[in-house]
Amino acid sequence: MLCERCHERAATVHVTKIVNGEKTGYHLCEQCAKEQGEIMNPFIAGNAFDFNKLLSGLLNMESSPGYTPTQVNQLRCSTCGMTYNQFTQLGRFGCPDCYDNFASRLEPLLRRIQTGNSHSGKVPTKSGEKIQQQRRLEALRRELQKAVAEENFERAAELRDEIRTLEQNAGE
Amino acid sequence: MSLSDFLQRAMSRWMRDGGPDDDIVISSRIRVARNIQGYPFPILQTDSHATEVIQLVEQAMSTMSVNQLGNYEMVRCRDLSPLDRQVLVEKHLISPDLAQQDKHGAVVLRDDELVSIMVNEEDHIRIQCILPGMRLKESWQLATSIDDALESKLTYAFHEKYGYLTACPTNVGTGIRASVMMHLPGLALSGSIQRLLSAVSQVGLAVRGIYGEGSESYGNLFQVSNQITLGETEEEIIDNLQSVVAQLIGHERNAREQLLQRNRVQLEDRVSRSFGILAYARRMDSRETLERLSDVRLGIDLGIIQGVSAGILKELMISTQPAFLQKYFNRELSASERDIRRAALIRERLRQDDTEVHG
Repeated sequence: MLCERCHERAATVHVTKIVNGEKTGYHLCEQCAKEQGEIMNPFIAGNAFDFNKLLSGLLNMESSPGYTPTQVNQLRCSTCGMTYNQFTQLGRFGCPDCYDNFASRLEPLLRRIQTGNSHSGKVPTKSGEKIQQQRRLEALRRELQKAVAEENFERAAELRDEIRTLEQNAGE
Repeated sequence: MSLSDFLQRAMSRWMRDGGPDDDIVISSRIRVARNIQGYPFPILQTDSHATEVIQLVEQAMSTMSVNQLGNYEMVRCRDLSPLDRQVLVEKHLISPDLAQQDKHGAVVLRDDELVSIMVNEEDHIRIQCILPGMRLKESWQLATSIDDALESKLTYAFHEKYGYLTACPTNVGTGIRASVMMHLPGLALSGSIQRLLSAVSQVGLAVRGIYGEGSESYGNLFQVSNQITLGETEEEIIDNLQSVVAQLIGHERNAREQLLQRNRVQLEDRVSRSFGILAYARRMDSRETLERLSDVRLGIDLGIIQGVSAGILKELMISTQPAFLQKYFNRELSASERDIRRAALIRERLRQDDTEVHG
């Protein structure tokens, strides 16, 4: 097949355009396609279907009571300096601390793109040990409160000792 | 270099070897995203941050616990030519995004190329394990053991509530992306593919073409992967994907059986024509190549075409990509030159097998 534009070279680029639901297709050679600006290299970022653009579209749509757009846009991560506005455009955070610094805006977003808002999977061994210990301590403290409320002082004393041992271990 | 030598050297193990259900499942891939505590994500990285991250990963890679898991080599993107980077993309070892990161990016490859670790792509670390056939669990075991070994040296950015922190909140939590590449010609020919795939996307899974996000699907090849990363455990994510893939496999086998019973002659005609075109054509674009290869692979699976190795689809779908062709012919090729060379490579490859077409 020859190029539909120059009618000289072989058509190697097949362009399909969908504008307002109407589909048109034509065949060009590599050179004409380049001249027409029709070559969209799928390996070059920034094509129209970029997921992050979709995400930032989702973020920009957000409006929630209590926040006027200017206030939201001025939210800034104190660690890396990224603003919330920048995040909505890039679809990516600047550093790990952004998660805490943008926490107020993050929850509704996570509800939309994820099933839950807290992690239940794998925990790293090193920093995870601390997290697991914290989780255990919290559970023990809740149990202690319950025991006191129920005036089960024997159980409460046991729990208090257990908590003390754990806290001492954590302090070492 | 002869074609068979070139292919022998250029093929990763996932392209050569088989695996469970490999008549339908091409490969099972697990990607795990991790970041190092105390450094901005690559999007805000300075040159020195990037170099430090690369050094930290390199040190972690040289520990005993990592070396027990294979032989690894790290290379920075800037030390690879654009063509070599593109070859790695075509082999699915790095992402197109990393290939663009010639300043800050690096990749660690295991010698059998079943494992690749991208450094400073969207996240600091992305561990990728790719195995042939339906082996998601095995792939996850491999990825998680490498993750553990790296973690013994590195402190990951981990949040008590949100889990592993990633640059994009679509990856936060487990940081895992499990994906299965499937060849579904039976469902495509019987016209039920769209209905099934839209059902798949309703259970929290995504369906894409073979080169990931935004790529169209040619040759009846589809990638099915999880979208949710937060709230479910890694095992739940993998089990969910696995059970959907198992159902798709069942539907595909049924569809093939039906086609054979009801439209045998048409099917034989179709796959034989495609085989003839691949064996004799003088020009082939990459789209037609994939479509014809899909037919031929279906013909092999159904016993219509004999003597051609079933691996031909995987092998040629990779080795007829633009960068691979230019590597093999050792020169830059325009699109129309590539079509001519591609056809030549396919003819030569098909002549290596002692083929027979049964009617």
